[in-house]
Amino acid sequence: MRQFGGPAILLDRNDINTDEIIPAKYLTEITKIALRPHLLEDLLVDGKPFDHESEAMRKAKVVVARENFGCGSSREHAVWAFEVNDKDVIVASSFARIFRQNMFNCGILAVELKPEEIDQLFAMKGDMTISINLEKSLLLAETASEKKEFSFAMNSFDRQLVEAGGWLAYADSKY
Amino acid sequence: MGKTIAEKIFDAHLREQVSAENMVLDLDVVLCHEITTPIAIMDLIEKGMDKVFDPTKIKAVIDHVTPAKDSKTAMQGKIMREWAKRHKIKDFFDIGANGVCHALFPEKGFIRPGYTVIMGDSHTCTHGAFGAFAAGIGTTDLEVGMYKGVCSFRAPKTIKIEVEGELGTRVAAKDVILSIIKQLTVNGATDRVIEFSGPTIDTMNMAERMTLCNMAVEAGGTCGICQPDRTTAEYLWPFIQDDYATLDAAVEDFQRWCSDADAEYAKVIKINVADLTPMVTHGYKPDQVKPVAEMAGTKVDQVYIGSCTNGRIEDLRAAAEILKGKKIAEGIRAIVTPATPLTYTMALKEGLIAIFMDAGFCVLNPTCGACLGMSAGVLAEGEVCASTTNRNFNGRMGKGGMVHLMSPWTAAATAVKGVITDPREI
Repeated sequence: MRQFGGPAILLDRNDINTDEIIPAKYLTEITKIALRPHLLEDLLVDGKPFDHESEAMRKAKVVVARENFGCGSSREHAVWAFEVNDKDVIVASSFARIFRQNMFNCGILAVELKPEEIDQLFAMKGDMTISINLEKSLLLAETASEKKEFSFAMNSFDRQLVEAGGWLAYADSKY
Repeated sequence: MGKTIAEKIFDAHLREQVSAENMVLDLDVVLCHEITTPIAIMDLIEKGMDKVFDPTKIKAVIDHVTPAKDSKTAMQGKIMREWAKRHKIKDFFDIGANGVCHALFPEKGFIRPGYTVIMGDSHTCTHGAFGAFAAGIGTTDLEVGMYKGVCSFRAPKTIKIEVEGELGTRVAAKDVILSIIKQLTVNGATDRVIEFSGPTIDTMNMAERMTLCNMAVEAGGTCGICQPDRTTAEYLWPFIQDDYATLDAAVEDFQRWCSDADAEYAKVIKINVADLTPMVTHGYKPDQVKPVAEMAGTKVDQVYIGSCTNGRIEDLRAAAEILKGKKIAEGIRAIVTPATPLTYTMALKEGLIAIFMDAGFCVLNPTCGACLGMSAGVLAEGEVCASTTNRNFNGRMGKGGMVHLMSPWTAAATAVKGVITDPREI
């Protein structure tokens, strides 16, 4: 099965919405790759514009935020914007339904941890790497000085979608 | 144990139970628009899956940016047109016949009680007003829906909102739903269906019910839903009269979908709206809601009346009632977008368009336009818009803009005064 994980970037926000992830003005694109420069372009963190072009952002393969991640519009462009930037794991304490479903439909991961576990991730100091053990449903977060492991629940259907490489491939073979 | 309306619809459409939680459902209607569909079409072509499961069950419209504003939007339209032609999709609404999807499709009679409906648009929950299960989905779900006629959902858990009390003067369905979202919060209904019931809902017309269901997603809800009744049957009658001997027979038949008295709910919330006052959002989240009185005097640069939330004829009538014989305040600009060609025609015949134009409004063709900041009324940095739409996210109507959501009555009153104004004071 595909491996998931890598350098993580932490966004200290609830309710990151799809307009912040990819503004509607880019929805006229008909290729996914065209979305690449615009990921999180309109995000505010602590009320200030987020530097979406930073080195940490460029390197990250995992994004961590707080609750209700991906609320708002149904645009799968929000998921693709992460995907084409090589970010294929989002960790949050909860997701909006459509965003979560879009992630698994693309065969990539929306991992839910408990709010207190998310707090522990935010409390860790220094550059973080997160690796995912899908077989055991474990998330390992490491910094230079700390290591923490959390188990997460994964619905069996979502797991099948990831294994199949997404919902289209799954549905095509089955229905 | 009885069942909710959503559970009954799921039971009737179950293709496969794929896990303890997930069900794959057969779809009655797949709705399409030019923002999320072309990229699905291109992907299906690339994968050799450019087929549709049933062209009569696919309904498509160009509505978000229409007429096209640039080469990219023109290409989105072109891909839709060629696809509709290729697959003989008869219900395709192009320029001249197009309107905002969630206003146009109900008007065409495409949504019926007990239906399963998907669209690559989060406000698809609007169609639950007809007693259908209607949910917004992403492009991959849309691709599978178009190609195979199925979609997966988690088993529906329902929050029932029982609404009683008579709405006061110039207090609208919009004020009711804003107050409900305030109470539920932006994720209070995630993975839940929101069932609106009670005497206040029973007396609401279909436009009001659509306004309620439209914003279910702003509380995270999968679908808003109302019990189908005589009001539903009367609205649909032109489209169903060949299927039923009498209107009573249709009403009776619709009953089979209605929630049982002993159905189980995740939560039941009772509200009384008798003392509700006009409401408005502040901030960047739709659950940041206050009485208009507390925001009164806030200066606006633009007023926008339209959208799938409040661009129907009933909404235009409400706004025009306030605007008749008045002018918009100096220094502001105002835009009205009738949601569909039929709405536009009716507004012309009823003299509403003249009222808007005399007041100083710009009247646009039916389009989603400025609601999501894609065209026709985008805000400049630092500008404020009083809007009858559904989302006040940061940057929604233009980067650096602030959106205050409100009813058509409140938006019209605000246009006249140039500052957020309680419509009962005009």
